[in-house]
Amino acid sequence: MSQVDFAAIFPDEVLTRAHVRAVDVPVGAQSVRMALITLDNGADHTRPNTFGPAGLAELDQALDEAFAIDGVAAVALTGKPFGFAAGADLSGIGSITSREVAAQVGRAGHRVFSRLHRAAVPTFCFYNGLALGGGVEIGLHCDYRTVLTQIPAFGLPECYLGLVPGWGGCWLLPNLVGPERAVRVIIDNALNNNRMLGAAEVLALGIADAGFAAADFLEQSLRWAAEVVLGQRKVTRDPVDRDEATWEAALARATSIANTRTAKAAPAPYRAVELIRAARTVDRAVGFAAEDEALADLIMGEELRAGLYAFDLVQHRAKRPAGAPPRALARPVTSVGVVGAGLMASQLALLLLRRLEVPVVMTDLDQARVESGLGHVHGEIDKLVSAKRLSPDRANRLRGLLSGSTDRSVFAGADLVIEAVFEEMAVKKEVFAELEAVIAPECVLATNTSSLSVTEMAADLTHPERVVGMHFFNPVAVMPLLEVVAAERTDESSLATAFAVAATLKKTAVVVRDSPAFIVNRLLGRWMSETARIVDAGTPIPVADSASAGLAPMTPFVLLGLVGLPVALHTSQTLHEAFPDRFAVSANLRRLVAAGRSAVYTWVDGAPRLDPEVLSLFEQPADPVVLDRARVREQILDALAEEVGLMLAEGVVGAPEDIDLAMITGAGFPLYNGGLTPLLDRTGASERATGSRFLPRGRASLPPE
Amino acid sequence: MPGSPERARRQVREVVFVDGVRTPFGKAGPTGMYAETRADDLVVKCIRELVRRNPSLPPDRVDDVAIAATTQTGDQGLTIGRMAALLSGLPSSVPGYAIDRMCAGAMTAVTATAAAIGVGAYEIAIAGGVEHMGHHPMGEGVDPNPRIVAERLVDPSALVMGQTAENLHDRFPGLTKQRADAFAVTSQARLAEAYRRGVIQRDLVPVATRSAEAGWGLATRDEPPRPGTTVADLASLKTPFRPHGRVTAGNSAGLNDGATACLLAAEDTAVALGLTTKMRLVSFAFAGVEPEVMGVGPVPATEKALAKAGLSMTDIGLIEINEAFAVQVLAFLEHFGIADEDPRVNPYGGAIALGHPLASSGVRLMTQLATAFAERPEVRYGITTMCIGIGMGGTVIWENPHHADYSRDHTHEESK
Repeated sequence: MSQVDFAAIFPDEVLTRAHVRAVDVPVGAQSVRMALITLDNGADHTRPNTFGPAGLAELDQALDEAFAIDGVAAVALTGKPFGFAAGADLSGIGSITSREVAAQVGRAGHRVFSRLHRAAVPTFCFYNGLALGGGVEIGLHCDYRTVLTQIPAFGLPECYLGLVPGWGGCWLLPNLVGPERAVRVIIDNALNNNRMLGAAEVLALGIADAGFAAADFLEQSLRWAAEVVLGQRKVTRDPVDRDEATWEAALARATSIANTRTAKAAPAPYRAVELIRAARTVDRAVGFAAEDEALADLIMGEELRAGLYAFDLVQHRAKRPAGAPPRALARPVTSVGVVGAGLMASQLALLLLRRLEVPVVMTDLDQARVESGLGHVHGEIDKLVSAKRLSPDRANRLRGLLSGSTDRSVFAGADLVIEAVFEEMAVKKEVFAELEAVIAPECVLATNTSSLSVTEMAADLTHPERVVGMHFFNPVAVMPLLEVVAAERTDESSLATAFAVAATLKKTAVVVRDSPAFIVNRLLGRWMSETARIVDAGTPIPVADSASAGLAPMTPFVLLGLVGLPVALHTSQTLHEAFPDRFAVSANLRRLVAAGRSAVYTWVDGAPRLDPEVLSLFEQPADPVVLDRARVREQILDALAEEVGLMLAEGVVGAPEDIDLAMITGAGFPLYNGGLTPLLDRTGASERATGSRFLPRGRASLPPE
Repeated sequence: MPGSPERARRQVREVVFVDGVRTPFGKAGPTGMYAETRADDLVVKCIRELVRRNPSLPPDRVDDVAIAATTQTGDQGLTIGRMAALLSGLPSSVPGYAIDRMCAGAMTAVTATAAAIGVGAYEIAIAGGVEHMGHHPMGEGVDPNPRIVAERLVDPSALVMGQTAENLHDRFPGLTKQRADAFAVTSQARLAEAYRRGVIQRDLVPVATRSAEAGWGLATRDEPPRPGTTVADLASLKTPFRPHGRVTAGNSAGLNDGATACLLAAEDTAVALGLTTKMRLVSFAFAGVEPEVMGVGPVPATEKALAKAGLSMTDIGLIEINEAFAVQVLAFLEHFGIADEDPRVNPYGGAIALGHPLASSGVRLMTQLATAFAERPEVRYGITTMCIGIGMGGTVIWENPHHADYSRDHTHEESK
């Protein structure tokens, strides 16, 4: 297989060029000649350098030039202003259909990067800005590294996406900093929502040898490198413990993290564990060959394809919501009202204050509740100040923007009023009716309802067209999703305003047609309902519960405990009323709530254990149907596929992508399943339940050969 | 509110030049080494290097940062002294300001902050200048008052520096093109020799140079010098300011990019902080002349500064004079009866060879004088002097701390 075929897979590669210049670095009266290679794709910092086949070829050629410079005593690599490199170009990965081509991805990187550690002269990497994945790995091939003390992000996100650091990272990093630290970067951080390192950590972990500030980073890095070349500066590193037990302890911890985060449903972290294990004993060539094989397997795996699809949704679709009206239609929001001063309302008020920075007024029925709500927000502001996440001046500004009242006439000047009162249609309609008498004609009325009909809520108003649903997820400050609900008569301007507010709040907005429980709660509800039905019919809880492993961040019965059984019961009743045919109310759940239980598990040493008292309350059917784990999983996936099919047919959302984006950002569904619909397609559930796939082959899965 | 019983009495303090650095000077224009490097970044490199070279200086002790630039817009705008201080990582408590006196910008930054130290307002100051003539060509955005022409206030040639140099040749017919070219050749030769000895390099701070097409580079030497230049090379150059004129690119400074900065301190503060003294300020003066012959400005400025110090030219053992044009240096030398090739004058070459990024050059003269002082301990006094656009000159007289008679308790009475 030639290089040309490989390059043809990446027609959209943004070429990262590698410029070479000879620089003479003065150290006192001496001077060190170095070849300085600048990686630069010609775009600004919003489009970081990446390595595709052409970029690797360019770097290869640059290294030829660098080593050929007369009198060259060292080679150094750095990036364009404000950025080093964000790793491999992933644009072509989705269209790779053969394992042989997939294996070339690893080999091409290894071949070129390896020239840096095989060089006859010392090699240096100056991480002058964002360094991710292959961008970090290229530096690991160098003999020495410096890092920008203000570096915005540094990390190996491969396992987060469904890959392994396969351009040397899995072999080089543990051999540089030891297994414990390598695991922290490659596994812990990647699986912890892709956590990044700052310069202090990069230095403390021993990944970089020196840090320099941005004002003269390159000058100081060159000077430091020249001193190293002249032997005037000795670089000391912590020795790597080669003891097998140390490595196994680190790998056991990594495996346990992978189990917790992915329930063995994602292959990447486990492959990384194997590669790190081998790195203790095998030589570099063998280690790199194993990385090539791992990359080839993962690239030819469904999980990576789903992961890349999901990553694209989160990166792009989240920023340009499909089906949103033109932004120009949005009305300016310079003052906001929040009806209610309970916990949800207080969280909303804080978020609105921090992001919109406009006056926010809260109301409730009596002064005590208003005071309590304001007190909560003030308390949260104080906490942010203590944690140094908010300056005292900004805190004063936010406190000054917040006010409360028992009189709803304070909403007269508001551009947006969000209600977060008790989930009861009559109460909400009364609130809206009263507001309409006070507010300006252009004011958008939003409801944070999670289950009630927004259309019904607006029905009796003079201006129902300005009512929109804005369903936030708990905890409001953390969960990225905002379901923007378009009711039957909602006009484009009000909808556009809701989207504009969502963008300023930095939320991922997904538009949803007014329908019971919208997207996330409807699908979670169906999932819980189906699991409860299977348990009520006789399958033991541990079997039914573990059948969902890897589908969501937690299993259904663990989630039940988190939500609380009474709330779960209430939700299931609401859904049952909306969809009596498909959503059951569990008789056992009723019994548990009646007995005053709030969860089915008790937690011992961080592990769930079935509460025997709960078990005794469970009623076994006369004719129990006991299913095995695989059968339960099939039934659950089929049920979810049926529900997704109905939601698409009813026009609840415009496309399966919106369901996946919502499940990822609202319920933490994992990238390796692409959210949900790629998993349903992959397992055949879609075809069993609806007769066809949700997404065409190749969109979030391996393309047809 | 009760007042303090007695206010602190003012005490005049001696001012010392602690240290000075500069960037290598570049050729202005799209192919110059700083074409894609910002002017303010050039200053920042200098300030950081000063702080690095003087580790005993607590950065929060800097009382002011005065940075000069002739064109104060774009990357030389935003009150560049303050902005450069922030960009250099000095504490936000350190203030800064911008200065303009055209070519004598950095010199004025030094005299203004030195004066503030002298009257006890400051203890430590950073002074410097920058001119990125590639980003800011001479005359950028100027809007001369129409009265200048209507009332014949100033000869129109006064606004074109090359024409003022031609005017100087007219005034002093004895200053021929041949003498100017010979002076220029000496400047090139002296600079080349100083480079060979490693004298120039000590003051330079390397600058990473950005180029989108070629990648990062590192500036470690001045770009303008043309070592080996001969009189014959210069004879045939064009005279762009006048047909059959005398001023050429060869006997004048070019258009350049560069920055300088120096550290000044009250003498007692320098001693207390363990900072070195490279020179001590004796006196300074600025003077005006007819704008169309601005090149003679150093003459009255030097007379004035000498008079204030109670010194005469015979006391001056070293002269760093800016070489905007060879003819203007010759006019100065002729006035004081100094030979064209006197070794006291610009011993390491000057702006004709290494460049003249307008507002930065004053401190470059000072760093070279400080170097010469260290090499020539027998010299007690030296001057830095330069001509200034719109008809001015500026001169600062310095004392050599390496001289046998130098004492910290020095008062000027002794020298009278």
